[in-house]
Amino acid sequence: MNTTKFILAMIAAAAAVLAIAHWLNVDYFFFAAYTILQFIVLATAWNILGGYCGYVNFGSAAFFALGAYSSVALIKFDGAIDSWFPEGVASFLHHIFPLPIPVLIVIGSVVSGVVGFGMGYLTLRLRGAFFAIATLAMAVVLQTLVVNWDFVGGSRGAYIIRPDTLEVGSWQISYIEYLFVLMLILTMIALVTARTIERSQLGFGFATIRDDELAAEACGVPTLRLKLIATTLSGAFMGMAGAPFPYYIGYLQPASAFGLEYAVNSIAMPMIGGTTSWVGPLVGAILLGSAQQYATVTISSAVNLLIVGLMLVGFVIIAPNGLIGLVQERSRRRQS
Amino acid sequence: MDIPFDLLINAIVAGLLLGGFYAAVTAGVSISFGMLDIVNIAHPAFIILGSYIAYFININFGIDPIIVSLIMLPVFFTLGTLVYHVYYLSFERRGQESLRGLAFFFGLLFVTEVVLILVFGVDYRYVEARYIGPSLHFGMIDLPLRMLVPCLVALALFAAIELFITRTFTGRAIMAVSQDQLALQLMAADPIRIKRIAFGISIATAAVAGALLIIIQPVEPSVGREYIGRVFAICVLGGLGSMPGTLIAAVMLGVVESLTATFYGPSWAPAVAFGFLLLTLAFRPAGLLGR
Repeated sequence: MNTTKFILAMIAAAAAVLAIAHWLNVDYFFFAAYTILQFIVLATAWNILGGYCGYVNFGSAAFFALGAYSSVALIKFDGAIDSWFPEGVASFLHHIFPLPIPVLIVIGSVVSGVVGFGMGYLTLRLRGAFFAIATLAMAVVLQTLVVNWDFVGGSRGAYIIRPDTLEVGSWQISYIEYLFVLMLILTMIALVTARTIERSQLGFGFATIRDDELAAEACGVPTLRLKLIATTLSGAFMGMAGAPFPYYIGYLQPASAFGLEYAVNSIAMPMIGGTTSWVGPLVGAILLGSAQQYATVTISSAVNLLIVGLMLVGFVIIAPNGLIGLVQERSRRRQS
Repeated sequence: MDIPFDLLINAIVAGLLLGGFYAAVTAGVSISFGMLDIVNIAHPAFIILGSYIAYFININFGIDPIIVSLIMLPVFFTLGTLVYHVYYLSFERRGQESLRGLAFFFGLLFVTEVVLILVFGVDYRYVEARYIGPSLHFGMIDLPLRMLVPCLVALALFAAIELFITRTFTGRAIMAVSQDQLALQLMAADPIRIKRIAFGISIATAAVAGALLIIIQPVEPSVGREYIGRVFAICVLGGLGSMPGTLIAAVMLGVVESLTATFYGPSWAPAVAFGFLLLTLAFRPAGLLGR
């Protein structure tokens, strides 16, 4: 299947999901589906660096939170315009602000992408394990900065008022449906990018880094440049997933935005699905995401995290190539 | 800024005591990460586990937390050998330790934390002992016993490990396995057995470090995360596998953190360790006393 056909198929699938959701028209469905889609984006983003290049990023939550907090900062900026600027400038700024969410998403992904680039530049010349530890470190540094930054609420957190409906011309849709549609589009972008990378020269370059970095470098693969591309892209996608989050959650505080569960989920989902292909994170995110939604509603939210942790440990021990690996192995066995 | 002299001195003294404690916390990682090349990011979770065991026995039976931790040493040692065995069978033997091994330990960290939350809840827990509360005074210097005792125990633990590694046969074998595993095999020693013992010792230190932690401050399950960065910052800054380097780095970090907390507020303190770590990784990855 070539890329154009794939994009068309993705659009058809997304339209089908949207049609079902719109027909059901249950707010809870939008909320739950948004979370799952968000995890698909996060898992895919993690996989670009972790699965394709073999560099483990424990700081997914930081990139995600960075996207969310750049939105919060811009929303707060909108509220502060009148007190900061003289009247002329303020009335001009009011034409631009408040920024629509798609713009916030672009800004959020740029911010996270830049941080991803800087992070990669600082640490990627080192061995893999150091990179993993440095990402953890970065998450705590960023969290400390946000906790101490009063403008975005500090440790108290920030309230973001979500409008009930969005009017496009004479057409009215509920805001949560709007967020859901946005996340659906972001999911498509992430999946198409991941699949394109996988089949391009870039993807083969990534694979050489994963398999043997030293050998790749000796063969003239520009490993540092490729790794920087991967960290930037991966960071940008995580920021992209985080940018609409303040509107979704309504109240954002550092402890929840930087929560370890984002980091664990974005590692567990590709690991459970399979890290070598774009299908893995998708399958893993849908399975694990739905299971978590179910467990949160029926049991408790602490137990659902336990499930994720146990599944992660279990899968890396028993099925190191994830579900995709299991399926491939079975079909190979049947052929022979 | 006008800095009051006695505040400065006390901050430095508190930092030195804190640094001694950090050395005990890092000793285990110095063995597992520095010598065995096992990136055990779950180590802080084992420390918190040690804290909760000390808490549980202290509250129910009134036994001193440090004595509890000494009783728990063999248990943690066994736990460590078991974890290493699983790690070896599932990752090291297959040559997949980098990506999946990391994910394994990360999962372990997360599972331990969630289990502790489910069992004990998210409230802060603390222990009771005679030396919690009073402090010694020397002129303008205050020495709180709840910091001094952990610091001394930590230094004793640290010295014991250093002596064990440099003076005993097994200890030297651990050094050897960190330098050249194949050579050890040629000497007819089993590197896997040596590594299992070493990893067991590494986890056993977590029992003591955990008890010390809960003496110094109240503990809740997610406290461990802060220590991930600290522990690895110290380990990397000191130079991988160098015990003296670890001690120096731990004291440095303790002092800088204590000064930051005193003069800029405690909410900035966690960033210090990670700032250290990032700077070390970027500019001197071999660490202070690195090979």
